Amino acid sequence: MTIGITFQLNGAEVKAQAEPAERLADVLRERLGATGTKIGCNAGDCGACTVRLDGAQVCACMVPIAQVRGRSVETVEGLAGERLSALQRAFHRHGAAQCGICTSGMLMAAADLLARNEAPERTDVEDALGGVLCRCTGYAKIVEAVLDVANDAIAESAPAGQAVGFRLAKVDGYAKLDGTERYGADAVPPDALWLRAIRSPHAAGRFTLGDLDGFLAGREGLERVLTAADVPFNGFGIYPDIKDQPVLAEGVVRYRGEAVIAILGTREALLGIDPAEVPIAWEPTEAVMGLDAAMAEGAVVQQGRESNLLIDGGVRSGQAREALSDAAFVAEDSFETGFVEHAYIEPEAGWARRVEDRIEIRVSTQTPYMDRDEVASILRLAPEQVRIVPSACGGGFGGKLDQGVQPLVALAAWLTGRTVANVWTRPESMMASTKRHPSRIQARFGCDGMGRLVGCQVTADFDTGAYASWGPTVAGRVPVHATGPYRVPNVATRGRAWFSNGPPAGAFRGFGVPQAAIAHETLMDDLAAQVKMDRLEFRLLNALEKGDRTATGQKLATSVGMRACLEALTRPWKEALAQASAFNGEKNHLRRGVGIGCMWYGIGNTSMSNPSTMTIGLKADGTATLYSGAFDIGQGSNTIMTQIAADTLGIAADRIRMVTGDTDRTADAGKTSASRQTLVSGRAVEAAAMDLRAQILRLVNAGAKATIEPGDGGLTLRDGSDSHRLDLAALEGDANGDVLVGHGSFDPPTTPLGANGQGNPYAAYAFAAQMAVVEVDTDLGTVKVVRMVAAHDVGKAINPTQVEGQIQGGIAQGLGLALMEEYIPGRTENLHDYLIPTFGDMPAIDVIIVEDPEPHGPFGAKGVGEPGLVATAPAILSGIRHACGARLTRVPALPHRVLAAIEAQR
Amino acid sequence: MAEYVRPTSVDEAVAALQAGSWTVLAGGTDLYPAHVERPLAGDLLDISAIEGLRGITEDEAGWTIGALTTWSDLIGADLPPLFDGLKAAAREVGGVQIQNAATIAGNLVNASPAADGVPPLLTLDAGIALAGSAGTRRLALDAFIAGNRQTARRSDELATAIHIPRPAHDGMRGDFLKLGARRYLVISIAMVAGTLAVEDGKVAEARIAVGACSPVARRLEALEADLAGRTVDADLGMAATAEHLAGLSPIDDVRASADYRRHAALVLVRRLLGRLGGAAA
Repeated sequence: MTIGITFQLNGAEVKAQAEPAERLADVLRERLGATGTKIGCNAGDCGACTVRLDGAQVCACMVPIAQVRGRSVETVEGLAGERLSALQRAFHRHGAAQCGICTSGMLMAAADLLARNEAPERTDVEDALGGVLCRCTGYAKIVEAVLDVANDAIAESAPAGQAVGFRLAKVDGYAKLDGTERYGADAVPPDALWLRAIRSPHAAGRFTLGDLDGFLAGREGLERVLTAADVPFNGFGIYPDIKDQPVLAEGVVRYRGEAVIAILGTREALLGIDPAEVPIAWEPTEAVMGLDAAMAEGAVVQQGRESNLLIDGGVRSGQAREALSDAAFVAEDSFETGFVEHAYIEPEAGWARRVEDRIEIRVSTQTPYMDRDEVASILRLAPEQVRIVPSACGGGFGGKLDQGVQPLVALAAWLTGRTVANVWTRPESMMASTKRHPSRIQARFGCDGMGRLVGCQVTADFDTGAYASWGPTVAGRVPVHATGPYRVPNVATRGRAWFSNGPPAGAFRGFGVPQAAIAHETLMDDLAAQVKMDRLEFRLLNALEKGDRTATGQKLATSVGMRACLEALTRPWKEALAQASAFNGEKNHLRRGVGIGCMWYGIGNTSMSNPSTMTIGLKADGTATLYSGAFDIGQGSNTIMTQIAADTLGIAADRIRMVTGDTDRTADAGKTSASRQTLVSGRAVEAAAMDLRAQILRLVNAGAKATIEPGDGGLTLRDGSDSHRLDLAALEGDANGDVLVGHGSFDPPTTPLGANGQGNPYAAYAFAAQMAVVEVDTDLGTVKVVRMVAAHDVGKAINPTQVEGQIQGGIAQGLGLALMEEYIPGRTENLHDYLIPTFGDMPAIDVIIVEDPEPHGPFGAKGVGEPGLVATAPAILSGIRHACGARLTRVPALPHRVLAAIEAQR
Repeated sequence: MAEYVRPTSVDEAVAALQAGSWTVLAGGTDLYPAHVERPLAGDLLDISAIEGLRGITEDEAGWTIGALTTWSDLIGADLPPLFDGLKAAAREVGGVQIQNAATIAGNLVNASPAADGVPPLLTLDAGIALAGSAGTRRLALDAFIAGNRQTARRSDELATAIHIPRPAHDGMRGDFLKLGARRYLVISIAMVAGTLAVEDGKVAEARIAVGACSPVARRLEALEADLAGRTVDADLGMAATAEHLAGLSPIDDVRASADYRRHAALVLVRRLLGRLGGAAA
C-alpha cells in the first residue's frame, strides 16, 4: 500500500506516493524523475547513490522513504545554481569524472565534507569519500579536484589551432556533473514494460520448465514469459562462425547466471518475484570448473564438440628449444590468475521499442554497430532494421563489448510491440556478464652471459568459460605479446582457450596481455638476478628498439618508446631504491621494496581489418558537427576527436558539436576496444576534417595555409594578405542542416598471421614501464602500494589530462588484479565480497608521458586505454619480492598468500 | 500486503511485537543489502521514530548507548579513552554513509561474526537491554549473541540500549585493530579489541577480544588472566601466545584461510597490547 510522503528535495517541497519501505533511491528515480542519483549495487557497497539527508551523506539505496518524511534531501541536481558549483567546476577542470556514473555520489560525499571542513587535507578527502567506489579514475583526479575547490578557476578553452596537446576539459563533461547525463537505466519511458531474466543457480545442469502460465496467472502485473522457443535465432557470439551462446537456455545450462526465461510485467511485479518460486525443475550435473577439469581427457562442456579446446594458436621464430638449452641462464615457472570482474559501477541497462518493421535499442554499450548486427542476427532481421542509440556508458572496460540486455529487450519489444526495459541488479551483472580469462602461463626465458635474451617458450592456457565470447581474441593476442617488449631472437609461444562451466570469459582491458605480463616480467627479474644486473638495466639492455623485428617478424620502423620509458624511470628508480634501503635499515615488520614492470601493446584488432569511418559537417552558422560512431565510454574519445577535428579544420574546439553512437546517424567507427579509438578513429576524423577543410578552401580558392575564422553567417579565410569571405547561408543544407560535409576513413594496415604466426598483426604498438614502491607487513603479509611512477609512450598526448586519467585508472585496475580481485561464482557476486580498490588503496602516482610519434596515428598519437594497467601488477609483484623475498606466481596476492610466500623463502 | 509500522514509543513498539512476526528496521544497512535479489516481504517495524533511544548518556554506573545511536553519533561523542577502541571500530564500519545511518545496537542484533562493534563492546563488558511485555531484561553481550546471526532476543523483544559499566579502575583505555584486504568498505579478515587499566605500572585489568575468527567474537580470558600484574610497556604483546588463542575456530573463506586467520589474530593481539602498553607506559 502506498502512502504520501512529503519532504524537501533540494530546497523544494515534494510529495511522493510510495510504499513506506521503498528505497529513497528508487523513489527519487522512479517516482520523482530525479535520475541524477545512480544505483550501482542497492547494498551500500558502492556509494553511487550517495545523497545528503538532513545534511549528512547516506546511501539512498538503504533509506526507507518512510524515514524521509519531513526531512531534507539534497541530490546532485541541487548542487548547481545557474552555473555549476565551485566543486563541480573543480571536477570539470581536473578531469575527475570519466564515465561519470560515480560522480553524483562523489560530489555529494565531497559536499558533505566541505560543509564540515572548508580546508580539508588529503586524508580528510579520502575518509569522507572512501565510501564511494570509482572504477575509471584511480581516484587521483577526484582527490585533486576536492583539494582545489577553493581555487575556483574556469576550465580553459583551447585557442584555435592549439587544441591538440591542450588539457581541454571534457567536451561532454557538464552533463556528467549536474546529473543530467542519461545512462542505460535513466529516462526509461514511463509506459515501458519491464523484463526480468530468471537465471540458472547452477553451473551445469538440465532443466524442465513447469507451469509458467499458472505462475503468471497467480500474480498481478505479470504479462508474459519468453523462453528459448521464442527466439528466432537462439545463438550469439563475437565471431560470425561461433554463435554458441543462447539468448535463453534450451534445456541445458552451462554456467551459473545463464538466462533461462524472461518474464515481462510491471517493474513492481517483477521485483516481487522470488526466483526460487519460479516453476523450473533443476537437475544439476557435475560442473567443469577450472583449467585442470576443462583440459581433462573426455571433458566436454558444449555438447557436440570433441573437447573443450576452443582455439590453439601460436608464434614461432628461430629455434627456441635449442636457444634455451644453450642459454647461460634460464628462468621458468608457471603463473596463475583467476576470473576478474569488470565491476563497472553501472550495471547493464537499456530498453527497446518497435517502430513498425524496425527495432530501436537504447543501451549502455561499447559497440553500437556490433550490437546492431548481433540483434539483427538473433531476430533474423536485416541489420538496417535495427537501430542502436547508445545511452551514456557508466563504465565498460571490455565488459560492454558483449551482449547484455540487448537481445532480450529487443526480442520482447519485437514480439509485444511494447517498449521493454531491463536493468540488471549488481549480483545479476556479476553472475551473467563476462570476466577476464583465468590463465595458467608456463613460461621459460633464457639469456646469454651478458644478459641478452636468447629465447623464450611460453604456453598460455585460458579458461574461456561456458561460451566462446572473446576467447579466440585473447588466445590470439597473447602469443604475439608473450615475449614482452624485448628483443627475443628465438620464440615459441602458444595460446589456447578452453571451455569450462565458469562464466564466459570475454574482453577485459588488455585481452590476456596483463596475465602474460606477470609471467614475462617475473622471469625478467629472475634472469636479472642470475646475471647480477640491476632489474631496470636488464630490461634496458633487451628493450625493443626501432629497426628490431618482433617474434611475428614485423619490423618496428617507427615509434618504439620502450627505451625512452625505461630511461625516464631511471632516476626515480635509483632514488626509490636508495630510499627503500634506508627505510629497511629500521628493523621491524615493515619492509619496503621497489618493483618494475614493462609492457607493450598492439593497438587495434589483431591482424584483422578494423576500419573507422567519420563524417564532419559544416553548418551555416560556422559550427562543425562531427558524426562519430566511436563511442565514448568515459575514456574521453569525444574530447580527443574534437581536438583532432579542431586542429585539422583550423577552428576552435568549442565550435565543434557532436552526434555520437547512433547507428542511424553515424557511420561504423568500430568498437571502443583494443585501445584503438584515438589511433584508428582519430585518423578517420583527421581525414574527414581534411576533406571538409579542402572543400572550404576550394570554394574561395584559398591556399592550403589559410586560417578560418567564423562570424556573421559565414567564414573569413585569410591567406597571407589575402582575405576571402565564404557566405555559408547561401549554400544549401542537407538533412542534418550541414552545408558542406567531409568524409574520412582509416583502417590500420595489418597483415594476417600466416604459418608460425608470422606477419604484421598491428600497425602500431604502445610501450610502458611502471615502477612500484610497496610496503609489506612481513608479519601479516599485507601490501600497501606507496607510490607508482608510470612512463608511457603514447606517441602524442592529444590531451595530457586524459592520458593521465587513463593511466591512473589503469593502475587502479592493475592494483586490484595484483592484490585483491578474484571472482568466484557463487561466492563473490557483490561488491563487498568482490573487492576493488578504494580511495585508501591508491598510491601517489607520477605519470611521465613519453612521445615517440607514430606516423599511422593522428598527430603522432597511439593509444593508452589498456596499456595503463598491463605493467602494474608485474611492478607490484616485483616490489613485493624486492621488499621481502616473496615471489608470487598467483594473483591476487591476498595477505595469506603473501605470508605463505614469505614463509616459503625464510 | 505487508505492514509497515513506525511507532514513536518503546511501549508501542513492544505492543506491536507481541502479535505477528516482525522484522525490526532502524538504519536499514543490513536489511536492504539482504534484499537485492528478492523482495522485501513480511511486516516491518521501523523503530527509527521512537523518541529517547538516540544518544549516549552517562551516570555513576556507567554509560548508556541508546539503540538508535549511530556510529557517527559515537564518533562525535565526548567520551573517555575507554571508548577509543569502539570509536576506532566505528571509523572502520563501511564508509561515512553507513556510519551515518547504521546503529550500534543493530550491529549487535544482526550478529554477524565479522561485526565490527562486537569485539570492542565485549572489552567494554557491554550489556544489552531488551524490552518486552514483562518489562526490560539485561543480558551480557556474550550471553546475548548466541551464534552466527543468532541472538537471545525473543521475537517479542526490542533491544533498547547498550550499557557500558564504569570500570573498576580509572583511566582504562581502549584500542582496536582491523585487518582487511583493502582500506575502507571492507569486511574483516580478523580484528582485535582491547581495554587496559594500569596501576603502579602493572596491568590492573586487561580485556582482549578477537572478531571474525569464530562464529561469535570471543574474549581471551586465559590471556587476560596471564596479563594481570604484568609490567606495562610496549613489549606487553610478548605475553600473548598461540595457546591463548586456542579457543578460536576460524574458517577458510574467500578472504583468507583459517590458518592465516589464527596467525593474524595473534599478530594483531600482540600489536594491540604493544600499543596499549606503549601508550600507558
